[in-house]
Amino acid sequence: MSSNRSTIPIGPYHPLQEEPEFWKLIVEGEKVVDVDVRIGYNHRGIEKLSEAKSFDQSIFIVERICGICSSSHPIACVQAVEDICNIEVPERALYIRTITQELERIHSHMLWLGLAGHFIGYNTVFMWSWKYREPICEIMETVTGNRQNYAMHKVGGVRRDIEKEHIPYILTKLDEFLKQLDMLKGAVLDDPVIHARLKGVGVLSREAAINYSAVGPVARASDFDIDVRRDHPYGVYSRLKWNVITQKEGDVFAKAVVRILEMFESASIIRQCLDKMPDGPIDSRPKDIEPGEGIGVIEAPRGECFHYIKCDGTNSPVRHKVRAPTYMNFPTFRETVIGGSVSDATIIMAAIDPCYCCTERMMIVDGDNKELLKAGDLIRLSQEKTRRIKERFGVI
Amino acid sequence: MKIDDILKRLTDRYGDRLLKVERKSHKRAYIDIYPKEIVDVAGYIFRELGMRFNIASAVDELERLEILYHFSYDPSGIIISVRTLLNDKDNPRIDTITGVTPAAWWIEREIHELFGIHFDGNEDLRQLLLPDDWPKGVYPLRKSFVVPKRDSRKS
Repeated sequence: MSSNRSTIPIGPYHPLQEEPEFWKLIVEGEKVVDVDVRIGYNHRGIEKLSEAKSFDQSIFIVERICGICSSSHPIACVQAVEDICNIEVPERALYIRTITQELERIHSHMLWLGLAGHFIGYNTVFMWSWKYREPICEIMETVTGNRQNYAMHKVGGVRRDIEKEHIPYILTKLDEFLKQLDMLKGAVLDDPVIHARLKGVGVLSREAAINYSAVGPVARASDFDIDVRRDHPYGVYSRLKWNVITQKEGDVFAKAVVRILEMFESASIIRQCLDKMPDGPIDSRPKDIEPGEGIGVIEAPRGECFHYIKCDGTNSPVRHKVRAPTYMNFPTFRETVIGGSVSDATIIMAAIDPCYCCTERMMIVDGDNKELLKAGDLIRLSQEKTRRIKERFGVI
Repeated sequence: MKIDDILKRLTDRYGDRLLKVERKSHKRAYIDIYPKEIVDVAGYIFRELGMRFNIASAVDELERLEILYHFSYDPSGIIISVRTLLNDKDNPRIDTITGVTPAAWWIEREIHELFGIHFDGNEDLRQLLLPDDWPKGVYPLRKSFVVPKRDSRKS
């Protein structure tokens, strides 16, 4: 059978991809029969680095794990430290953490929506999403001082307060955004072409989602109803009214629906926070971290982000384990990509949110890895096929 | 199920085979077991108790290595961490739990390359994060590994 198999290497470096990763698609004709992935091109040893830093410094390091999740990782990290010795966090700080989390979710989902549009060749969605994402980044700048890498969080609270005079501006921007999002939602979810392209593609069954311990929108789109914000409440989520969005189908379309509808919930959460936020301190100024171990979990835009920290009573962690959500979602490609068509592989991989794929070159190999056809042969075969089709339809 | 219900089911089933049960709070608990029990305990927690596998994390405790397997029970927001100590630091081995959940596939590869722990039964322990030409037998997350200082005079 191996003589029918072709290998399509994708990555690790390509202008389309934001991050380097290497995909090896094994295909038989159009059908993907196996996939292998090589990651690590971006491995910076952050867990090791963190062991050499103080608790105050390590937050800035984990913030740089990902520019998009630069609120999620620090919150998970400070929650892990707070879990070691039950450090109290002032009310107002919890509200501010919740607001930054939800702003981050909106801008991350908008980013994904744009990329997903781009991958299926719908560049209008790409342009719209990224344009309408801008006001959210501007709100983020108003709240934290930065568009990315917010330097907002610390053990025991937050570093920066939300000014009262900024709140009307934030609400106005949020209103504008919601109108645009509503239009975008209609444009994407009511488009028959998108239905035809994404429904039934890359289905992850509920059993597979549970088996692979998938998290976040990937799990929720497969009717695996988990959300750290509701299940392991942190911040002030348990005091607000909002819904966990789930879908039953598990296909790429369901993942898009989950993310789009989640943005409306996020906007509602931000409004409620701004409305209910009490005055008061934003930092409990903890002094010492006792020996012990702690776990911090939060719902990042892509799913549960998990930090484990072990402390021996000194100022830096003995061990700092970080598990980003994609780590759990990534291996589900074995369920979703294999058996599908090679033309769907791109959007299926993109549907878990980190991945891009673009065929760089193709080569047909036999069982002994010997090249059978060279580029010139492929062009000749293609020209011959075109001629046959023309003959069949009497064009020539 | 509350955390006490989960811990009771575990102690009822395993009794003395649980070396230590530490209930840290109403959301967190740590359980110590012998390494040889891991497949059985993880299988029971994952399948029978219906908990989700969060991740495993290894720690270099200088005289030995330990692995913590974290499982969460989402309906009540509980995380149970199962601790195993590997005393033979020259040849640390433990059975794979990829038979219990494929979610452990990558993390076992990662712990294998970063801590040098071998997972018996895991057929795929290729490098995941480190480059292919990383020297054999060098495990960067062990405490004995010191990050080389960068010489600023060299480019």
